[in-house]
Amino acid sequence: MRRIFWRIALYTSVLLVTTIILAPVCWMFIMSVSSMTDLTARPMQWLPATMDFSRYRMLLTFEPNSPGEIFLLALRNTFLAAAGASILSLIVGFPAAYSFSRLPGRRAPLLYLVLSTYMLPSAALILPIYIALSAFGLLNTPFSLAVVYCSIVLPFVVWLLTGNLNTLPREIDQAAAMDGANLWQTIRHVVLPLSGAAIGTAALFGLLLAWDEFFFSLILTNDLRAKTLSVAIADFAAGRATDYPLIATAGLLSALPPVFIAFFLQRSLVKGLAAGSVKG
Amino acid sequence: MFIIVLGVTGYPLLQTIWLSFHSRPLAGHDVQADWVGLANFKTVLENAAFRAAVARTLYFTIVSVLAEAMIGVMVALLLDQEFRGRAFVRALLVLPLAMPTVVSAMMWRLIYNPEYGAFNALLLQIGLIDDYRSWLGAPGLAMNMVIIAEVWKNFSIVAIIVLAALQTIPRELYEAATIDGAGPWARFRNVTWPGILAPLSVALVLRTIEAFKVFDIFYVMTRGGPANTTKTATFFVYDESFAFLRAGSASSYALVVVAISMVLIAIYVRLLRRQDQP
Repeated sequence: MRRIFWRIALYTSVLLVTTIILAPVCWMFIMSVSSMTDLTARPMQWLPATMDFSRYRMLLTFEPNSPGEIFLLALRNTFLAAAGASILSLIVGFPAAYSFSRLPGRRAPLLYLVLSTYMLPSAALILPIYIALSAFGLLNTPFSLAVVYCSIVLPFVVWLLTGNLNTLPREIDQAAAMDGANLWQTIRHVVLPLSGAAIGTAALFGLLLAWDEFFFSLILTNDLRAKTLSVAIADFAAGRATDYPLIATAGLLSALPPVFIAFFLQRSLVKGLAAGSVKG
Repeated sequence: MFIIVLGVTGYPLLQTIWLSFHSRPLAGHDVQADWVGLANFKTVLENAAFRAAVARTLYFTIVSVLAEAMIGVMVALLLDQEFRGRAFVRALLVLPLAMPTVVSAMMWRLIYNPEYGAFNALLLQIGLIDDYRSWLGAPGLAMNMVIIAEVWKNFSIVAIIVLAALQTIPRELYEAATIDGAGPWARFRNVTWPGILAPLSVALVLRTIEAFKVFDIFYVMTRGGPANTTKTATFFVYDESFAFLRAGSASSYALVVVAISMVLIAIYVRLLRRQDQP
């Protein structure tokens, strides 16, 4: 009897958690395929009379001066900035993480310093960055945004990779050294292949962090040459436009790439989160 | 790496400190910056509105991180049990985490919509409210409604990290504890809690620091309104620099935010290091 009660409580709780996670997102989808009349009806009809996918088509066709143009250009800018920041951070972050993990000397304080720069509020850096970029005429380009995003992505990448490298036994490096490999060969042929999953996780995290960024983009971009999705969505949401289904569609579409990536690499994401945090 | 860290973090930070002692308009790059000493900090610290914003931000941070911790741990304990469809529900945890903050803020703004939001419709149809309300337009309410949105977005980070920690606790420990006559609470207290404490506190590090510098979710959901009741500390930096174009005093606002963040960061880094060297 107690067992049955326990099972019921368990499944009820699971159902509750699932609903809490899914319901808002499902509602956003329902909004995106509803008409305004469906949405404004009282009492609320939860399901629209007909599914209307016209907003998806509208946002995904490139036409001058349309929401589609805004959306697609913002998508391109976001991708350039996020991928740029991720790649740049991996290129310089991996050697840094390796030196934190392997080279002699007390580097722990330095690692914590790097970690704390990741936590620094963007507001602390925005003014000089703005003044400097405007002096060089580099405001409003996705590439300067990519470099600025490194202030967020790079410390996190270093932190994550160092944690992961620490879980690789040092004996592997030593064995390679015994076989006559120099430092570069050890990294190239031994450590790098073994860190594939960690690098994937770090790249994924870099993309997610940069895709999510808002503050820098809001201030450092001002039109479609560089404006990213997060700022475009905020504009949509705050604008006088009352086409709420369109706003919901734009939100859903711009959430798709990061959600898709996160689910695809879920295993290494969870593992990386856990390993990174346990190791600090 | 250090060149990039210095370029995008170190140099701007020093420059912000330099600016905070000067009076300088934002526009132009060869404009005069006058030394004003501590005058900017005096303005900032004497600004009652800013002090209220800092208190508000701390309220937001403490309430949302505590809620995320509690819900996160409970969900992790739940998903550690055996049940059908467990892999699916675990995978779902990634959804709020991967959802961009701005999109989630926009989604909740639409859900709370005073005219036809789903939140109003739901509460009305189950009979909890008599009429539609403006959830984000009521001064006392808006902050807590944003906190709900924030917790929805971020509890899963805590849940994922704690769940991973739970899986590293050997089952034999639970069995041994049961044989020794430990009840569910004693098992949690003596076996589970020590196993999840370290990763949990690290997860809370990130959450606390992220929550304190919050800007985007409020920018999208309330713009600091109604009547400035959701205007967080970062808004002052934003307004001072890009609405009033005063780079000097804006830097002072920024540095006060940084100083508070630094205290939080320092507390947690200490915590982290202590756990690294048991």
